[in-house]
Amino acid sequence: MAELFDQVAQAIRKDELCAVVTALSGERVGGKLLARRAAPREGGSPVEIAGSLGNGALDQAAVERAKDAMEAGRTTRVTIEAEGREWDLLIDVHVPQEKLVIVGAVHIAIPLVTFAKALGLYTVVIDARQIFATQDRFDHADELVRSWPEDALQEMTLSESTYFVTLTHDEKLDTPALIHALDHPVGYVGALGSKRTHAKRVAVLREAGVSDGQIARIHAPIGLDLGGRSPEEIALAIMAEIVQVRNRRTERNIDRSKEGRK
Amino acid sequence: MKEILADIDGWRQAGKRVALATVVQVYGSAPRPLGAKLAVSEDGAMVGSVSGGCVESATVQEALEVLSSGAPRLVSYGIADETAWEVGLACGGTIEVFIEPLDW
Repeated sequence: MAELFDQVAQAIRKDELCAVVTALSGERVGGKLLARRAAPREGGSPVEIAGSLGNGALDQAAVERAKDAMEAGRTTRVTIEAEGREWDLLIDVHVPQEKLVIVGAVHIAIPLVTFAKALGLYTVVIDARQIFATQDRFDHADELVRSWPEDALQEMTLSESTYFVTLTHDEKLDTPALIHALDHPVGYVGALGSKRTHAKRVAVLREAGVSDGQIARIHAPIGLDLGGRSPEEIALAIMAEIVQVRNRRTERNIDRSKEGRK
Repeated sequence: MKEILADIDGWRQAGKRVALATVVQVYGSAPRPLGAKLAVSEDGAMVGSVSGGCVESATVQEALEVLSSGAPRLVSYGIADETAWEVGLACGGTIEVFIEPLDW
Protein backbone atom coordinates (compact mmCIF):
# COMPACT_ATOMS: atom_id res chain seq x y z
CA MET A 1 0.00 0.00 0.00
CA ALA A 2 0.91 3.64 -0.51
CA GLU A 3 3.55 2.86 -3.11
CA LEU A 4 2.63 5.78 -5.32
CA PHE A 5 2.49 8.08 -2.32
CA ASP A 6 6.03 7.04 -1.44
CA GLN A 7 7.15 8.08 -4.91
CA VAL A 8 5.34 11.40 -4.55
CA ALA A 9 6.93 11.96 -1.15
CA GLN A 10 10.36 11.15 -2.57
CA ALA A 11 9.95 13.59 -5.48
CA ILE A 12 8.84 16.34 -3.11
CA ARG A 13 11.67 15.68 -0.67
CA LYS A 14 14.12 15.92 -3.57
CA ASP A 15 12.35 19.15 -4.51
CA GLU A 16 11.66 17.97 -8.06
CA LEU A 17 9.11 19.56 -10.35
CA CYS A 18 6.19 17.11 -10.35
CA ALA A 19 2.41 16.89 -10.64
CA VAL A 20 -0.07 14.57 -8.97
CA VAL A 21 -3.29 14.16 -10.94
CA THR A 22 -6.38 13.04 -9.01
CA ALA A 23 -9.79 12.09 -10.41
CA LEU A 24 -12.29 14.03 -8.28
CA SER A 25 -15.52 12.41 -9.38
CA GLY A 26 -17.03 9.65 -11.50
CA GLU A 27 -16.45 5.93 -11.29
CA ARG A 28 -12.68 6.38 -11.07
CA VAL A 29 -12.79 8.86 -8.20
CA GLY A 30 -9.54 8.85 -6.26
CA GLY A 31 -7.56 7.56 -9.27
CA LYS A 32 -3.99 8.88 -9.19
CA LEU A 33 -1.21 9.56 -11.57
CA LEU A 34 2.23 11.04 -10.87
CA ALA A 35 4.14 12.92 -13.55
CA ARG A 36 7.67 13.95 -12.69
CA ARG A 37 10.47 15.58 -14.51
CA ALA A 38 13.72 15.01 -12.67
CA ALA A 39 15.92 16.95 -15.08
CA PRO A 40 13.88 19.59 -16.89
CA ARG A 41 15.49 20.70 -20.14
CA GLU A 42 14.48 23.41 -22.51
CA GLY A 43 12.06 22.35 -25.19
CA GLY A 44 10.46 19.78 -22.91
CA SER A 45 11.85 16.48 -21.79
CA PRO A 46 10.14 13.14 -21.45
CA VAL A 47 8.01 12.98 -18.37
CA GLU A 48 8.16 9.95 -16.12
CA ILE A 49 4.74 8.58 -15.28
CA ALA A 50 3.66 6.41 -12.38
CA GLY A 51 0.18 5.23 -11.45
CA SER A 52 -2.94 5.49 -13.62
CA LEU A 53 -6.40 7.02 -13.68
CA GLY A 54 -7.59 3.67 -14.95
CA ASN A 55 -7.70 4.28 -18.67
CA GLY A 56 -4.95 4.76 -21.27
CA ALA A 57 -6.60 7.57 -23.24
CA LEU A 58 -7.52 9.43 -20.07
CA ASP A 59 -3.97 9.04 -18.74
CA GLN A 60 -2.52 10.39 -21.96
CA ALA A 61 -4.79 13.44 -21.99
CA ALA A 62 -4.11 14.04 -18.30
CA VAL A 63 -0.35 13.86 -18.78
CA GLU A 64 -0.52 16.52 -21.51
CA ARG A 65 -2.38 18.84 -19.17
CA ALA A 66 -0.01 17.99 -16.33
CA LYS A 67 2.94 19.03 -18.50
CA ASP A 68 1.30 22.42 -19.14
CA ALA A 69 0.57 22.87 -15.45
CA MET A 70 4.16 21.98 -14.55
CA GLU A 71 5.50 24.45 -17.12
CA ALA A 72 3.25 27.16 -15.70
CA GLY A 73 4.19 26.07 -12.19
CA ARG A 74 0.58 26.15 -11.03
CA THR A 75 -1.88 23.76 -9.44
CA THR A 76 -5.05 23.67 -11.54
CA ARG A 77 -8.48 22.08 -11.60
CA VAL A 78 -9.41 20.91 -15.09
CA THR A 79 -12.12 19.10 -16.97
CA ILE A 80 -10.87 16.95 -19.80
CA GLU A 81 -12.56 14.78 -22.36
CA ALA A 82 -11.62 11.16 -22.83
CA GLU A 83 -13.58 8.04 -23.73
CA GLY A 84 -16.36 10.34 -24.95
CA ARG A 85 -17.04 11.90 -21.57
CA GLU A 86 -15.78 14.54 -19.21
CA TRP A 87 -13.47 13.98 -16.27
CA ASP A 88 -13.00 16.31 -13.35
CA LEU A 89 -9.35 16.36 -12.29
CA LEU A 90 -7.03 18.18 -9.94
CA ILE A 91 -3.49 18.67 -11.20
CA ASP A 92 -1.49 19.34 -8.08
CA VAL A 93 1.89 20.79 -8.99
CA HIS A 94 4.90 20.81 -6.70
CA VAL A 95 7.19 23.64 -7.74
CA PRO A 96 10.80 23.42 -6.54
CA GLN A 97 12.01 26.23 -4.30
CA GLU A 98 13.22 29.04 -6.54
CA LYS A 99 16.85 29.85 -5.99
CA LEU A 100 19.15 32.73 -6.85
CA VAL A 101 22.81 31.77 -7.24
CA ILE A 102 25.12 34.77 -7.07
CA VAL A 103 28.72 34.32 -8.13
CA GLY A 104 30.69 37.16 -6.57
CA ALA A 105 30.19 38.45 -3.03
CA VAL A 106 30.58 42.01 -4.27
CA HIS A 107 28.74 45.05 -2.98
CA ILE A 108 25.84 44.68 -5.45
CA ALA A 109 25.25 41.19 -4.08
CA ILE A 110 24.33 42.57 -0.64
CA PRO A 111 21.12 44.39 -1.66
CA LEU A 112 20.47 41.73 -4.31
CA VAL A 113 20.19 39.08 -1.59
CA THR A 114 17.78 41.35 0.32
CA PHE A 115 15.54 41.88 -2.72
CA ALA A 116 15.62 38.23 -3.76
CA LYS A 117 14.63 37.05 -0.30
CA ALA A 118 11.75 39.53 -0.19
CA LEU A 119 10.52 37.98 -3.44
CA GLY A 120 10.62 34.47 -2.02
CA LEU A 121 13.88 33.19 -3.48
CA TYR A 122 16.42 31.05 -1.65
CA THR A 123 19.77 32.81 -1.94
CA VAL A 124 23.25 31.35 -2.42
CA VAL A 125 26.35 33.53 -2.63
CA ILE A 126 29.60 32.04 -3.91
CA ASP A 127 33.02 33.64 -3.59
CA ALA A 128 36.40 32.24 -2.58
CA ARG A 129 37.87 35.69 -1.96
CA GLN A 130 38.05 36.16 1.82
CA ILE A 131 37.71 39.94 1.80
CA PHE A 132 34.37 39.77 -0.03
CA ALA A 133 32.78 36.63 1.34
CA THR A 134 32.45 37.61 4.99
CA GLN A 135 29.65 36.41 7.24
CA ASP A 136 29.29 40.00 8.31
CA ARG A 137 28.34 41.17 4.83
CA PHE A 138 26.19 38.14 3.99
CA ASP A 139 24.53 37.17 7.22
CA HIS A 140 21.18 37.59 5.45
CA ALA A 141 22.00 35.08 2.67
CA ASP A 142 20.63 31.53 3.02
CA GLU A 143 24.02 30.12 2.04
CA LEU A 144 27.45 31.67 1.77
CA VAL A 145 29.84 29.33 -0.03
CA ARG A 146 33.52 30.21 0.36
CA SER A 147 35.05 28.33 -2.54
CA TRP A 148 35.84 28.79 -6.21
CA PRO A 149 32.70 29.00 -8.33
CA GLU A 150 33.65 26.01 -10.47
CA ASP A 151 33.99 23.76 -7.41
CA ALA A 152 30.92 25.12 -5.65
CA LEU A 153 28.71 24.76 -8.73
CA GLN A 154 29.61 21.10 -9.20
CA GLU A 155 27.81 20.36 -5.95
CA MET A 156 24.65 22.26 -6.86
CA THR A 157 21.43 21.37 -8.65
CA LEU A 158 20.84 23.97 -11.34
CA SER A 159 17.28 23.60 -12.65
CA GLU A 160 14.66 25.80 -14.32
CA SER A 161 13.84 27.29 -10.96
CA THR A 162 17.42 28.47 -10.50
CA TYR A 163 18.34 32.01 -11.46
CA PHE A 164 22.02 32.58 -11.97
CA VAL A 165 24.14 35.75 -11.98
CA THR A 166 27.86 36.46 -12.20
CA LEU A 167 29.03 39.66 -10.55
CA THR A 168 32.71 39.14 -9.66
CA HIS A 169 34.14 41.83 -12.01
CA ASP A 170 36.78 39.24 -12.80
CA GLU A 171 36.43 37.34 -16.06
CA LYS A 172 38.70 34.57 -14.82
CA LEU A 173 36.04 33.76 -12.25
CA ASP A 174 32.88 34.70 -14.18
CA THR A 175 33.55 32.90 -17.45
CA PRO A 176 33.99 29.32 -16.15
CA ALA A 177 30.95 29.83 -13.95
CA LEU A 178 28.92 31.01 -16.94
CA ILE A 179 30.02 28.02 -19.00
CA HIS A 180 28.86 25.72 -16.23
CA ALA A 181 25.49 27.47 -15.87
CA LEU A 182 24.80 27.50 -19.62
CA ASP A 183 25.22 23.75 -19.60
CA HIS A 184 22.16 23.54 -17.33
CA PRO A 185 18.51 24.47 -17.88
CA VAL A 186 18.63 27.44 -15.48
CA GLY A 187 15.72 29.88 -15.72
CA TYR A 188 17.88 32.99 -16.01
CA VAL A 189 21.54 33.75 -16.66
CA GLY A 190 22.84 37.27 -16.20
CA ALA A 191 26.40 38.59 -16.33
CA LEU A 192 27.59 41.93 -15.00
CA GLY A 193 29.72 44.00 -17.35
CA SER A 194 29.49 46.64 -20.04
CA LYS A 195 28.69 45.92 -23.68
CA ARG A 196 32.42 45.98 -24.39
CA THR A 197 33.20 43.53 -21.60
CA HIS A 198 30.43 41.29 -22.85
CA ALA A 199 31.71 41.34 -26.43
CA LYS A 200 35.09 40.15 -25.16
CA ARG A 201 33.40 37.53 -23.03
CA VAL A 202 31.41 36.25 -26.00
CA ALA A 203 34.64 35.72 -27.93
CA VAL A 204 36.09 33.71 -25.03
CA LEU A 205 32.92 31.64 -24.71
CA ARG A 206 32.90 30.85 -28.43
CA GLU A 207 36.51 29.76 -28.20
CA ALA A 208 35.56 27.48 -25.34
CA GLY A 209 33.03 25.84 -27.66
CA VAL A 210 29.83 27.40 -26.28
CA SER A 211 27.22 27.66 -29.04
CA ASP A 212 25.70 30.98 -30.13
CA GLY A 213 22.30 29.70 -29.01
CA GLN A 214 23.65 29.16 -25.51
CA ILE A 215 25.46 32.51 -25.49
CA ALA A 216 22.20 34.24 -26.46
CA ARG A 217 20.70 33.05 -23.16
CA ILE A 218 22.98 35.43 -21.23
CA HIS A 219 21.36 38.67 -20.14
CA ALA A 220 24.12 41.24 -20.63
CA PRO A 221 24.41 44.03 -19.81
CA ILE A 222 22.60 42.61 -16.82
CA GLY A 223 19.28 43.95 -15.53
CA LEU A 224 16.48 46.14 -16.82
CA ASP A 225 17.64 49.59 -17.88
CA LEU A 226 16.54 51.70 -14.93
CA GLY A 227 19.31 54.23 -15.55
CA GLY A 228 20.73 53.71 -12.06
CA ARG A 229 24.36 53.52 -10.95
CA SER A 230 24.47 52.71 -7.26
CA PRO A 231 24.86 49.08 -6.15
CA GLU A 232 21.30 49.16 -4.79
CA GLU A 233 19.92 50.44 -8.09
CA ILE A 234 21.83 47.84 -10.08
CA ALA A 235 20.65 45.08 -7.73
CA LEU A 236 17.08 46.31 -8.22
CA ALA A 237 17.52 46.31 -12.02
CA ILE A 238 18.80 42.70 -11.87
CA MET A 239 15.96 41.58 -9.63
CA ALA A 240 13.41 43.34 -11.85
CA GLU A 241 14.75 41.49 -14.87
CA ILE A 242 14.55 38.16 -13.07
CA VAL A 243 10.94 38.87 -12.06
CA GLN A 244 10.12 39.80 -15.66
CA VAL A 245 11.63 36.57 -17.01
CA ARG A 246 9.83 34.52 -14.38
CA ASN A 247 6.43 36.11 -15.04
CA ARG A 248 6.74 35.94 -18.81
CA ARG A 249 7.50 32.25 -18.62
CA THR A 250 4.43 31.58 -16.51
CA GLU A 251 2.21 33.70 -18.79
CA ARG A 252 3.51 32.04 -21.92
CA ASN A 253 2.81 28.61 -20.54
CA ILE A 254 -0.65 29.52 -19.35
CA ASP A 255 -1.43 30.90 -22.84
CA ARG A 256 -0.14 27.72 -24.39
CA SER A 257 -2.27 25.58 -22.12
CA LYS A 258 -5.37 27.67 -23.06
CA GLU A 259 -4.55 27.20 -26.74
CA GLY A 260 -4.48 23.48 -26.21
CA ARG A 261 -7.94 23.52 -24.74
CA LYS A 262 -9.62 25.05 -27.79
CA MET B 1 2.88 19.08 1.04
CA LYS B 2 6.52 19.00 2.13
CA GLU B 3 5.70 20.29 5.61
CA ILE B 4 3.26 17.47 6.37
CA LEU B 5 5.37 14.53 5.15
CA ALA B 6 7.21 13.91 8.42
CA ASP B 7 4.00 13.54 10.43
CA ILE B 8 2.43 11.29 7.80
CA ASP B 9 5.53 9.08 7.87
CA GLY B 10 5.36 8.87 11.64
CA TRP B 11 1.70 7.84 11.62
CA ARG B 12 2.22 5.25 8.92
CA GLN B 13 5.22 3.79 10.73
CA ALA B 14 3.04 3.47 13.82
CA GLY B 15 0.60 1.47 11.68
CA LYS B 16 -2.08 4.16 11.63
CA ARG B 17 -4.29 4.84 8.65
CA VAL B 18 -4.19 8.35 7.20
CA ALA B 19 -6.64 10.51 5.25
CA LEU B 20 -5.60 13.40 3.06
CA ALA B 21 -7.72 16.52 2.47
CA THR B 22 -6.83 18.84 -0.41
CA VAL B 23 -8.30 22.19 -1.43
CA VAL B 24 -9.51 21.60 -4.99
CA GLN B 25 -11.52 24.76 -5.62
CA VAL B 26 -11.44 28.28 -4.25
CA TYR B 27 -14.20 30.83 -4.84
CA GLY B 28 -13.71 34.38 -3.64
CA SER B 29 -11.09 35.10 -1.03
CA ALA B 30 -9.85 32.09 0.89
CA PRO B 31 -6.91 31.88 3.25
CA ARG B 32 -5.31 28.82 1.67
CA PRO B 33 -4.67 28.25 -2.04
CA LEU B 34 -5.59 25.44 -4.40
CA GLY B 35 -3.64 22.32 -3.46
CA ALA B 36 -3.32 23.19 0.26
CA LYS B 37 -3.38 20.04 2.37
CA LEU B 38 -4.44 18.68 5.71
CA ALA B 39 -3.60 15.12 6.75
CA VAL B 40 -5.56 13.31 9.44
CA SER B 41 -4.58 10.14 11.27
CA GLU B 42 -7.14 7.51 12.26
CA ASP B 43 -7.00 8.70 15.87
CA GLY B 44 -7.89 12.25 14.85
CA ALA B 45 -4.49 13.94 14.92
CA MET B 46 -3.96 16.48 12.16
CA VAL B 47 -1.18 18.30 10.37
CA GLY B 48 -1.31 21.01 7.71
CA SER B 49 -4.24 23.24 6.89
CA VAL B 50 -6.99 23.74 4.33
CA SER B 51 -8.40 27.01 5.59
CA GLY B 52 -6.10 28.47 8.20
CA GLY B 53 -8.30 27.25 11.02
CA CYS B 54 -11.94 27.93 10.03
CA VAL B 55 -13.04 24.51 8.80
CA GLU B 56 -10.29 22.21 10.07
CA SER B 57 -12.35 20.49 12.76
CA ALA B 58 -15.18 19.80 10.31
CA THR B 59 -12.65 18.44 7.83
CA VAL B 60 -11.19 16.12 10.47
CA GLN B 61 -14.70 14.72 11.12
CA GLU B 62 -15.22 14.11 7.40
CA ALA B 63 -11.76 12.56 7.11
CA LEU B 64 -12.51 10.08 9.88
CA GLU B 65 -15.72 9.08 8.09
CA VAL B 66 -13.76 8.68 4.86
CA LEU B 67 -11.34 6.38 6.68
CA SER B 68 -14.11 4.19 7.99
CA SER B 69 -16.04 4.03 4.69
CA GLY B 70 -12.93 3.89 2.50
CA ALA B 71 -14.63 6.13 -0.11
CA PRO B 72 -13.25 9.55 -1.08
CA ARG B 73 -15.58 12.53 -0.96
CA LEU B 74 -15.80 16.08 -2.19
CA VAL B 75 -16.96 18.58 0.45
CA SER B 76 -17.82 22.24 0.03
CA TYR B 77 -17.44 24.84 2.78
CA GLY B 78 -18.63 28.39 2.49
CA ILE B 79 -21.12 30.99 3.57
CA ALA B 80 -23.73 29.66 1.17
CA ASP B 81 -23.55 26.31 2.88
CA GLU B 82 -25.49 25.60 6.06
CA THR B 83 -22.82 23.47 7.66
CA ALA B 84 -20.17 25.98 6.77
CA TRP B 85 -22.28 28.68 8.38
CA GLU B 86 -21.97 26.72 11.60
CA VAL B 87 -18.27 26.08 11.26
CA GLY B 88 -17.78 29.61 9.94
CA LEU B 89 -15.44 30.37 7.10
CA ALA B 90 -14.27 33.74 8.39
CA CYS B 91 -12.95 34.93 5.07
CA GLY B 92 -16.33 34.81 3.32
CA GLY B 93 -15.10 32.67 0.45
CA THR B 94 -16.05 29.15 -0.50
CA ILE B 95 -13.68 26.22 -0.74
CA GLU B 96 -14.11 22.73 -2.02
CA VAL B 97 -12.07 20.02 -0.33
CA PHE B 98 -11.37 16.52 -1.64
CA ILE B 99 -10.90 14.01 1.15
CA GLU B 100 -9.44 10.59 0.45
CA PRO B 101 -7.85 7.68 2.28
CA LEU B 102 -4.08 7.63 1.78
CA ASP B 103 -3.99 4.10 0.43
CA TRP B 104 -2.48 4.72 -3.00
